[in-house]
Amino acid sequence: MAGARGLALKRPSAIPGFGLALGFTLTYLSLIVLIPLAALAIKAASLGFSGFWDIVTAPRTLAALRLSFVISLIAAAINVVFGVVVAWVLVRYRFPGRRLLDAIVDLPFALPTAVAGIALTAIYAPNGWIGGLLDPFGVKIAYTPLGIGIALVFIGLPFVVRTVQPVLEDFEREIEEGAASLGANRRQTIFRVMLPALLPAILTGFVLAFARAVGEYGSVIFIAGNIPFVSEIAPLLIVIRLEEFSHAQATAIAAAMLGIAFVVILLINLIQAWQRRRFGT
Amino acid sequence: MDARVENEMNDVPAGALAPVAEAGWDEPMQVTVEDVAKKFGLTPALHGVSLDIHPGELVALLGPSGSGKTTLLRILAGLDIPSSGRVLFDEDDALTLTVQERHVGLVFQNYALFRHMTVAENIGFGLRVRPRARRPSRKEIRRRALELLDLVQLTGLEKRYPSQLSGGQRQRVAFARALAIEPRLLLLDEPFGALDAKVRRDLRRWLREIHDKTGHTTVFVTHDQEEALELADRVVVMNDGRIEQVGTPDEIYDEPNSHFVFSFIGESSELPVLVERGKVVFDKLPLNIAARGCRDGPARLFFRPQDVEVGSDLSGAIPGVISMRRRHAGARRLDVEVGRAGHRIEIELPSQFEGGVRGRIAVLPRRWRLFPQEPEGA
Amino acid sequence: MSDAALGVDVVTEDRARSVTTERRPVRIALILIAVAFLTVFLLLPLFAVFSEALRAGFSGYWQAISEPDAVAAMKLTLLVAAIAVPANLVFGLAASWAIAKFEFPGKSLLNTLIDLPFSVSPVISGLVYVLLFGLQGYFGPHLQSQGIQIIFAVPGIVLATIFVTFPFVARELVPLMQEQGTQDEEAALSLGASGLKTFLLVTLPNVKWALLYGVILCNARAMGEFGAVSVVSGHIRGKTNTMPLHVEILYNEYNFAAAFAVASLLALLALVTLVVKIALEWRYADQIAGSNRH
Repeated sequence: MAGARGLALKRPSAIPGFGLALGFTLTYLSLIVLIPLAALAIKAASLGFSGFWDIVTAPRTLAALRLSFVISLIAAAINVVFGVVVAWVLVRYRFPGRRLLDAIVDLPFALPTAVAGIALTAIYAPNGWIGGLLDPFGVKIAYTPLGIGIALVFIGLPFVVRTVQPVLEDFEREIEEGAASLGANRRQTIFRVMLPALLPAILTGFVLAFARAVGEYGSVIFIAGNIPFVSEIAPLLIVIRLEEFSHAQATAIAAAMLGIAFVVILLINLIQAWQRRRFGT
Repeated sequence: MDARVENEMNDVPAGALAPVAEAGWDEPMQVTVEDVAKKFGLTPALHGVSLDIHPGELVALLGPSGSGKTTLLRILAGLDIPSSGRVLFDEDDALTLTVQERHVGLVFQNYALFRHMTVAENIGFGLRVRPRARRPSRKEIRRRALELLDLVQLTGLEKRYPSQLSGGQRQRVAFARALAIEPRLLLLDEPFGALDAKVRRDLRRWLREIHDKTGHTTVFVTHDQEEALELADRVVVMNDGRIEQVGTPDEIYDEPNSHFVFSFIGESSELPVLVERGKVVFDKLPLNIAARGCRDGPARLFFRPQDVEVGSDLSGAIPGVISMRRRHAGARRLDVEVGRAGHRIEIELPSQFEGGVRGRIAVLPRRWRLFPQEPEGA
Repeated sequence: MSDAALGVDVVTEDRARSVTTERRPVRIALILIAVAFLTVFLLLPLFAVFSEALRAGFSGYWQAISEPDAVAAMKLTLLVAAIAVPANLVFGLAASWAIAKFEFPGKSLLNTLIDLPFSVSPVISGLVYVLLFGLQGYFGPHLQSQGIQIIFAVPGIVLATIFVTFPFVARELVPLMQEQGTQDEEAALSLGASGLKTFLLVTLPNVKWALLYGVILCNARAMGEFGAVSVVSGHIRGKTNTMPLHVEILYNEYNFAAAFAVASLLALLALVTLVVKIALEWRYADQIAGSNRH
């Protein structure tokens, strides 16, 4: 089926297997990804615009969406600040334990989200290691939006570090030496010359961390209070609607999440493309 | 783009230069290097070199890679610290100054321009980062940047970004940026190494013009001897962490004082000879060549391919057999095998020369240098 | 600033070093900040898993992980991974073969589509299958009448897991194979090898480390997936619970030590994954191009 189609579209090549490979790829892709996502789109469309709008703007839904997006933005921003510091320290300094720390940065990628979720809750609960320290001061972390933030910082931590590290590693020493020879002190060199050059990588890491945080479920639901309007994240609301068999509502919220995330990511990709055009890669 | 600007090169308004030259330090600076040595770990990069750079001079540090020339430049810049020795800027001890305090203009092989800043912002950077007390106003910085752009013949490009410029243009921006801080000393690290041959040649000429107009003491590092001989007031030939010879281009070319300099600069042919009681002997044959103060014993005879005469009955000449013959630009090049050991020398003759491969020929150098053979392992 | 000859060397040595680096106090401060941040956010949770797991002592630990429902969860987790990982492996090979060795329009669209599951929330990844195969879904009733159950049964879990781990192998192979080009394959073909032989003897060895890298990442995610599986599973103890779901059940029953005990097994898996990942990056960095992307 794809064989004949494929031969007509591609450049002639001596290498065999194009039809088979592309055919299998497209079939698998359609069955696993495209058709299910299409189902989502169709279902969302079947609500009609007003039906969709009513669900999305319901107070509880709005609260959940706002909570998810705002805390994800804040967590991603925190990851930018500390991620740059961590990347800087790992690339430019030598100290005992550096390799171990470099390795551990990838932990949030490898650790199952539910495990992270219960571990974080254990630490920040009122009787936990950190939660217990802060409880006498009336500061509650677990079961509040603050706890959600902590979990989202955990989940997004590697993204900024791993996108900034390679750029820092390749950074020309001569640029720093040039800036110093022109009279810039260290602070000026870092803030006026190096950080602006790192901006594309930082933005990329930010977007990745943000996108991951918005959709995060497992690490968050244990430590969040899951109280509607207060500490209920959008993915949780989707699950709740599903359990109520309100498929329409679940679909609408999912579509809204995907839509907003898509817009944010598109915006940032545009910024990056503009930067690439201006400054060169 | 470069061709268009090149045309502009020929008509730079004279008045554009005066303000910049005046605004700088009053006098060009003298640089003194005293017995500077540098080790990286256990590896010596410089063995106690000394050098006097006269005010306003354009000096080339010339040598193969590993000769220490870049290390010396970086020490002058303050980017490396010598293991021992002194560096003086006029009368001041330069080693107590940080890079920022030394006021040297640096130009790198790969330009090192700040990619996220425009050309004007790059040039003005050194002025913008000054402490408030010494910082000119924004308007003044902009004026100076535009003035320097005129000087380096890139007028009109102030809003461009480095990625939108050619290599030659980027290097000129790097130059303008270094000049903006009114440096006491200009240090150029293989400034044309990343450019095409044609652009390189154009920029060489341009550099000499700029230097003549602005008069900064300038040191540049290169491994290209053609560049050094063409550009510099004096050439410092370096090898293996030591200075082999310092002199004007003519001195370096015509009177090399070591076999390294002779073979590194220009072309050379070399033969092992014996000096006996003031006479030069090759393969038991006395040559019509004066020993000129070279001591008795084994020596190396150096001469340039062009500096020979040939004949069939030249007395005291080196007999040999032509093994290869080819054209070389407008002349004839011959490889000649001489002596029992079959040493091969290269000579250049006018293209009318008739002798062919396997023909017999006698070669007598008209100009030559003799260097004693160093003991084994030197 | 100092005048003594030795003093000058020491002071100026420091100053020279500070051209492209910060002053010592700043460096120390930054290192401490980075270490503190990583310790609090990464190491602490890791320690917490193991320390909480052993709260009931070794016997309690052993009991938790050998209990029938836990064992059933482990078996299901392994089964799901055993299906999802090879499936995505084959897909990854096919997709990278098509993308890297041939020219055809729409390549970058294909790449974007392959990456799609990465940008989708795990919950939504499960939701889409409920929409398709759930009782209210498009195909649900039809399948139900045939006696096939997907949602709230193992097939649904497998499908959802395949979805979320879809890109992992392909992401590692595509850039590498694109970088490697077609020369080796063309050489093999010109020497008379068949397509299959070329693939097995030339292409595969060239990408074996990237393949392994993708597989271990895929596996880690497949075994640890929670959100998507949670949506499609029925949370039926002993039947449709993977290990992460089992952890959740235990936790919600306040059976904390047991929950952490099972969680610790998953954490161990994560650590092993990290170790293998680092080892591969360290030794075969050039053969797993794009390993810095995630």
